Amino acid sequence: MTLLSIILLPMLGALLPFATERYGRTICAYSAALGPLCALGILMGSAVSVFGGHVEYASFAWLPTMGLNLSLRLDGLGLMFALLIVGIGLLVILYARYYLSERDSLSKLYALLQLFMMAMLGIVLSNNLLLLIVFWEVTSLVSFLLIGYWSSQTDARKGARMALAVTGAGGLCLLAGALLIERIVGSFELGAIFAAADTIKADPSYPVILVLVLLGAFTKSAQFPFQFWLPHAMSAPTPVSAYLHSATMVKAGVFLLARMYPALAGTDGWFYIVTFTGMATLLFGAYNALFKHDLKGLLAYSTISHLGLITMLLGFGTQLAVVAAIFHIINHATFKASLFMAAGIIDHETGTRDMRKINGMWKYMPHTALLAMVAALAMAGVPLLNGFLSKEMFFSEALHIESMGMFSWIFPLMATLAGVFSVAYSVRFIHDVFFNGEPIDLPKYPPHEPPRYMIVPVEVLVALCLLVGILPNFTVAPFLDAATLAVLGENKPDYHIAIWHGFNLPLIMSIVAMIGGLLMYSQRTGLFAFYERKFRHDEKIVFESRVQLSVRIAQLFTDFVQNNSLQRYMSLLIGSAIVVIAYSLYPMTQLQGSIPISTVEPVSLLAAIILIVGALGTVLLHHNRFAALLLMSVVGLIVSLIFVRYSAPDLALTQISVEVVTIVLLMLALYFLPQITPNESGAKRVGRDIALAGAAGIGMGLITFAMLTRPYESISDFFLANSVSGGGGANVVNVILVDFRGFDTFGEITVLAIAAVGIYAMLNGLHLPLPQADGEGRTWDKEPHPPILAVMARILLPLALLVSTYLLLRGHNAPGGGFIAGLVTSVALILQYVASGTGWMQERLKWKYRRVAVSGVFIAALTGMGSWFFGYPFLTSTFSHVHWPVVGDFELASAMGFDIGVYVTVVGATMLILAHLGKLAQTSHSPRPPTSKTYTDTQVTRGES
Amino acid sequence: MEVLVAVVIAVLTSCGVYLLLRGRTFPIILGLTLLTYAVNLFIFMSGRLNPGKSTIIGVGEGYTDPLPQALVLTAIVISFAMTAFVMVLALRARAELGNDHVDGRIKVEDVKS
Repeated sequence: MTLLSIILLPMLGALLPFATERYGRTICAYSAALGPLCALGILMGSAVSVFGGHVEYASFAWLPTMGLNLSLRLDGLGLMFALLIVGIGLLVILYARYYLSERDSLSKLYALLQLFMMAMLGIVLSNNLLLLIVFWEVTSLVSFLLIGYWSSQTDARKGARMALAVTGAGGLCLLAGALLIERIVGSFELGAIFAAADTIKADPSYPVILVLVLLGAFTKSAQFPFQFWLPHAMSAPTPVSAYLHSATMVKAGVFLLARMYPALAGTDGWFYIVTFTGMATLLFGAYNALFKHDLKGLLAYSTISHLGLITMLLGFGTQLAVVAAIFHIINHATFKASLFMAAGIIDHETGTRDMRKINGMWKYMPHTALLAMVAALAMAGVPLLNGFLSKEMFFSEALHIESMGMFSWIFPLMATLAGVFSVAYSVRFIHDVFFNGEPIDLPKYPPHEPPRYMIVPVEVLVALCLLVGILPNFTVAPFLDAATLAVLGENKPDYHIAIWHGFNLPLIMSIVAMIGGLLMYSQRTGLFAFYERKFRHDEKIVFESRVQLSVRIAQLFTDFVQNNSLQRYMSLLIGSAIVVIAYSLYPMTQLQGSIPISTVEPVSLLAAIILIVGALGTVLLHHNRFAALLLMSVVGLIVSLIFVRYSAPDLALTQISVEVVTIVLLMLALYFLPQITPNESGAKRVGRDIALAGAAGIGMGLITFAMLTRPYESISDFFLANSVSGGGGANVVNVILVDFRGFDTFGEITVLAIAAVGIYAMLNGLHLPLPQADGEGRTWDKEPHPPILAVMARILLPLALLVSTYLLLRGHNAPGGGFIAGLVTSVALILQYVASGTGWMQERLKWKYRRVAVSGVFIAALTGMGSWFFGYPFLTSTFSHVHWPVVGDFELASAMGFDIGVYVTVVGATMLILAHLGKLAQTSHSPRPPTSKTYTDTQVTRGES
Repeated sequence: MEVLVAVVIAVLTSCGVYLLLRGRTFPIILGLTLLTYAVNLFIFMSGRLNPGKSTIIGVGEGYTDPLPQALVLTAIVISFAMTAFVMVLALRARAELGNDHVDGRIKVEDVKS
């Protein structure tokens, strides 16, 4: 719990400043410091036991099924980082109180800073890789918000976006790497990952994992070639630069390297990638830092360079190099944070960060100048300061790398060269800012010392630089020991930090760097001119143009797949479906299965030919819509014959009645549509569509053939065996519908009712242009209801209703049932509408079909709920045999009630659709010019059905 | 017979898909209906070709698979509802947009005649 509270305290603290800002900025700062102070106390309390090699764990289940646990550990590495994060965080809170002008919201800055602190602590205390990545992403997001703190500035917005794009992409790589690790190890817990280190390194996917994890680390720690976002992140307020972009967040990358060191390091791949990336970054950063005129720009490139140094050390892979890397993380954080703060003070007091204008500050702010100079000397690696110690260790390790054989000299050489540059830019920072004549037209003149408390954080950090530099063994040694133990485990080397190791090679390298650096700075005028001529490039422009390019590519793709044409979408959809299915069928080696092919009977062949002619005719004649519709109805009739042939009387009855209803519906609708489809497809489109249709058809045909010739096992034996005993019906199809799968059917009739109601809603208030003639120019008949048909239909109605009742009642034991009976009833009623007209029917049948449809669903639901009263689940059916005088014994099943519900729904829905469509024709198409009276009739009857 | 059934389903699918790719609503609905026939037949045929059998207990010799039949029976009714819905949607679209093209507009460069 204490571990969790370390993370939670800053998070709660993030809210406090909002409440206290109204009481003044100092109170606001105090309240912001409260949470981190408590966290610092807890950390200090655990420090002693961690120094003793003890690791604290805490674990809470979060999403255990995904392997994501709120699992924390506090070891030496975590403690060291946590102290840096909280300690420097507190100093930054104090500093920001004075840095930020009255116009800017202090509470917003504090809230974001503490949110960041929470996330950063989460990274260093996570014992679960996935949890670490969650916090990792939070730091990227908060960094985005903090860089864009002054959101009105274009630079800030673009810098923020660039940082987020780079670190966010790296975060995704890291996530992919973590998922691959989990696949090998079976867990995201760090303990399990460390234990499986050898398995991971031996796995064929190790190189991929390594590259992905390193991409995550390198983007975060601004390693070459991803370094470009960091200088642009300097648009952030200086406290943010000091905290996130030099001391902590950019260290998350090297922290990850150190954290994953036990699991991933020790291979050639690690050595070459990490070492050379670090070296490139070290030199690139050091070189560029010298030429930046912007104070913060210089510090940003210097930060890149030092991060490269740490990365390079971790890449070396020797134990002492790891010690040196961790040591340099601490040292760099202290001197660089203090330098950023000093730079912020200078910016604050002079109004500019341009070193060509800022000169001779020694005279105006000697206190600040002294502190900044000490910190800059630490950055240069001058003895008696902390930077010297770790830099000596770096030189010494660079000399000891021999894995490159005769090319190993490259490391000490490059290290010294980088040392020369770093001395040169440090000297420039000191000389150019504090001496070098008088300031040149400063926006604020004359500059003076900042408020007293603004310098305190700088003083604290500079004091640490000195203390560590002079008395390393009394200050930093235990932290370093514990952190090294956490990274290297049992292999922790014996080492001794000392200021004086005797007159040896590393010292000579240091001296060369000092002298070389001073010489280089003395030649600055020529060098600057050379740099201006050769290397003027702006990463932001490059980045923005890349962004523009990817947006354009995305736009082109979007325009291709989403051109607002449903016709295009349909072809893409069908094309994709064909590709997906073809791909998954590709492994099928044999088309024909083991079942022998049965002989073709002449009658079936004839039926198939009629069907094929009908289908092809529908396509060929589709421009003549009416003819196509008639041909299509032939297909439907043949399909119902196929059902008859293959032992499916229920399906045949359903198909033939649906066929009638469908064709009537389409004819009604066609009345309102153009009778001819214009020929508007070009040859190219027709060719494409034929190819797609052909591919789909051939595919379906092959699948059908493959399926039909293969044996299969069905669950239907259960239905056949239990139909009579369990469902009380002999017609298994019907029993499945109303009993075994009754809930499906219930859903089905609900959909039917909803579709009908939807259609009712769409038809409501619909006005369509009325055709005066049919497709061939013949005007519509004025007398649409021939008497013979009307008389015949009226005679047929009771007979049809009788038949449908019979079909409904016998459905459980013989072909029939609610669906079929409902459709037969509908057909009989529709015939009346066709024969006698909507008006005639409305006078006689005053039902509102939408109510009929809905009450059908209700009947079915109530039947289902009936079983609740007997303590059974929804839709449990029962049946018993009843004796009625005269009629005799017969069976009564509760499923019958359900089937009646189906029947009523089908009648209601079908009639709702057709009667309303018919009425649309009836009420709109008026042979006589409309009078006011008929108009009112139309109005009244519109709502009825 | 298996080949014949496969050819029938293939032709129905092809014709259905081709009409589905047309630009006007009415041919598309015809295509949808043809495709429905094909799919229903396909599901039905997954019970294999069983002429002269029965799904009614105690009638005939041997039983055919009743499950695909039950699935197809509801599928037929639901596809009627779907066809009706799309048809009325097409009518509504014509009323709102003044044409019966699925894209809601007739592109001039497409018109050949």
